[in-house]
Amino acid sequence: MTAPIVQLVTSRLHHADSYTLARFEATGGYEGLRKALSMTPAAVHDEIRAATLLGRGGAGFPAGVKWGFTPPGVWPRYLVVNGDESEPGTYKDRMLMERDPHQLIEGCLIACYAAGLSQCFLYVRGEMALAQTRVATALNEAYAAQYVGRNILGSNFSVDIVLHWGAGAYIVGEETALIESLEGNRGMPRLKPPYFPAAIGLYGKPTVVNNVETLSNLGGIIVRGSEDYKQYGSESSPGTRMFAVSGHVRRPGVYEVQHGVTTFRELLYDEQFCGGIRNGNALKAFIPGGGSSPWFFEEQLDLPLEARPVGGAGSMLGSGAIVVMDETTDAVKACLRVVRFYARESCGKCTPCREGTSWLETILQRIVDGHGRPADIDMLLDVGDNISPGPYPAASWESEGLAAVPFPPKQTTICPLGPSAVAPVVSALRRFRPEFEAKIRRRALGIPVRVEDSTHV
Amino acid sequence: MSRLSPQNEAVAHEIISRYPWKKSALIPLLHLAQEQDGYVSDEAMVHLGELVDVSPAEVLGTCSFYEMFKREPVGRYLVNICTNISCQLLGGEELLHHAEHALGIKAGNTTGDGLFTIEDVECIAACTEAPCLTVNYRYFYKVEDGDFDAIVEDLRNGRQPTRKAAESGPEGQIPPHGTLALQRQHIPADRVAGNADPDRASAPVWLEQA
Ligand SMILES: Cc1cc2nc3c(=O)[nH]c(=O)nc-3n(C[C@H](O)[C@H](O)[C@H](O)COP(=O)(O)O)c2cc1C
Ligand code: SF4
Ligand code: FES
Repeated sequence: MTAPIVQLVTSRLHHADSYTLARFEATGGYEGLRKALSMTPAAVHDEIRAATLLGRGGAGFPAGVKWGFTPPGVWPRYLVVNGDESEPGTYKDRMLMERDPHQLIEGCLIACYAAGLSQCFLYVRGEMALAQTRVATALNEAYAAQYVGRNILGSNFSVDIVLHWGAGAYIVGEETALIESLEGNRGMPRLKPPYFPAAIGLYGKPTVVNNVETLSNLGGIIVRGSEDYKQYGSESSPGTRMFAVSGHVRRPGVYEVQHGVTTFRELLYDEQFCGGIRNGNALKAFIPGGGSSPWFFEEQLDLPLEARPVGGAGSMLGSGAIVVMDETTDAVKACLRVVRFYARESCGKCTPCREGTSWLETILQRIVDGHGRPADIDMLLDVGDNISPGPYPAASWESEGLAAVPFPPKQTTICPLGPSAVAPVVSALRRFRPEFEAKIRRRALGIPVRVEDSTHV
Repeated sequence: MSRLSPQNEAVAHEIISRYPWKKSALIPLLHLAQEQDGYVSDEAMVHLGELVDVSPAEVLGTCSFYEMFKREPVGRYLVNICTNISCQLLGGEELLHHAEHALGIKAGNTTGDGLFTIEDVECIAACTEAPCLTVNYRYFYKVEDGDFDAIVEDLRNGRQPTRKAAESGPEGQIPPHGTLALQRQHIPADRVAGNADPDRASAPVWLEQA
């Protein structure tokens, strides 16, 4: 039986005025802040740690543990909010910023109070004009009402939240690139180690980077307490999580479901969620956690939406983005489109990614265009192996006797963007190799094809 | 084609004051220049360098990394059509193709009358509403060929397009290219907590007194 629907982080969104301070206050808003201020910072931190709030930005690291990584006695510490949402298939942070900005602001305040963070920078993706409007308006309201700024609600807790906005670059979502960008530079990732943000982050100081959805959960957790929060979801992944399900389902949408309990099958097929594949078609494949994640298939449908089992099965939950492809999908074209994204968005700092992603795109493009060569399949795998050496994570395929290769991939690159480009290539080639071969064979037959005014052989 | 106006320079100073390091303000200031002129001019970059104490080359270095910054004028309406995976699956590439034919230009170009620029863009975080596009960063969801034609027709005639617009009211109105948020953050002087200076190390008071 499907776990009942609980709305913890999207509870206000059905109100037309969900983004206003009036609605927020009328629906329990800033109660979490008030309660936090009545507790010691350490007690608030303990509560979040006890709630095992896993990061919702991609890596799924527990927020309470992350806050504890800042070195003792080094000041100031900063909070950087990651609102750069641009992973293909992902749509949840924009919704939370546009429609419940005060919930996010409250979360930022609680994090700063608990972890001793002296200034907060809220980085909204450049293209999201409405999110910027709503967050700016909400901040202005919150400052006027004493929720943000100096001596918050009359206490000795003072912190500014500064709205910052980007200008179009996916890589800036990676936390060290986000920090570079916030320092006014080209958004290129830094090497880890030594540049772990918790130790050497913004302006070289300890910095906590958290995702919008992660922070949006904090107010609710403090109000209800970690014990109550943990009645939802599974033991290792408490609470709820937002998933955007797009592609060939009957009802694409953003759904909040119990974390680690609800399965892919329930989310994709249940009437209360996506209601199955469009037109009664068969499922071909689905991307379980954004463009960067290896593809899943029919056999993986019964996995719960939980990081550990999904990782063991060869992929990741990533950014809560499920892209569904039905039987009509051209796997080679889909693979090319995802790869093209990484080729375009590579920041160019390291060679395997800069060169490798472009070559993957070039080779796939010529296969799609009917100019593929028989050696291209091996070349794709070889380029991939230069970016991510060794067996690349992949789902099991029982009827073919193929076991799962668990996540994550190895990398020769500075950040995980390069390896992400290999995910669709390995996924599609392992499962749909005949489709690639058929496209290549068509060229080998040597049938002249007239395309508008040029002749290709 | 110009430096920031006096009003915009005042806005720039307000933005700069919120960061411990001035250069942090650079991206918001580049947006300010683009809002003023519709694109980022060389003169504006020189001016921004003066404002945040870096060379014009460093300003260009940052500016050229981010695809929203245009260093020459674009159409009055920048139409960004998403063809990334979720949109591709539901006809994003066909929509782009239709747009190219309807406007007689390839993606990346501007119509002769200077009204429209089309771009083939990556995921714009509206994947469940595919295929989708933005016009000067205002969203349109589940756009079919006929919707595209209606949107273009409205814009040509100086009307605000409503068909498939994600928002209604002022927030759905399409501003000139370069304008993003309709509201800026303002921190009142009596409410500001102050920047956390990275060179002045002291524990926050609320931790010490806890
Ligand atoms: C290439 C790349 C892009 C990323 N993009 C985002 C993003 O847009 N938003 C986000 O929250 N995290 C993104 N991440 C993950 C961040 O690096 C970081 O793990 C996250 O913001 C931490 O927040 P959390 O612990 O609350 O999840 C990205 C990571 C990589 C490698
Ligand atoms: S892996 Fe790619 S995106 Fe990441 S640092 Fe290297 S070149 Fe840049
Ligand atoms: S793929 Fe088009 S909006 Fe995400």
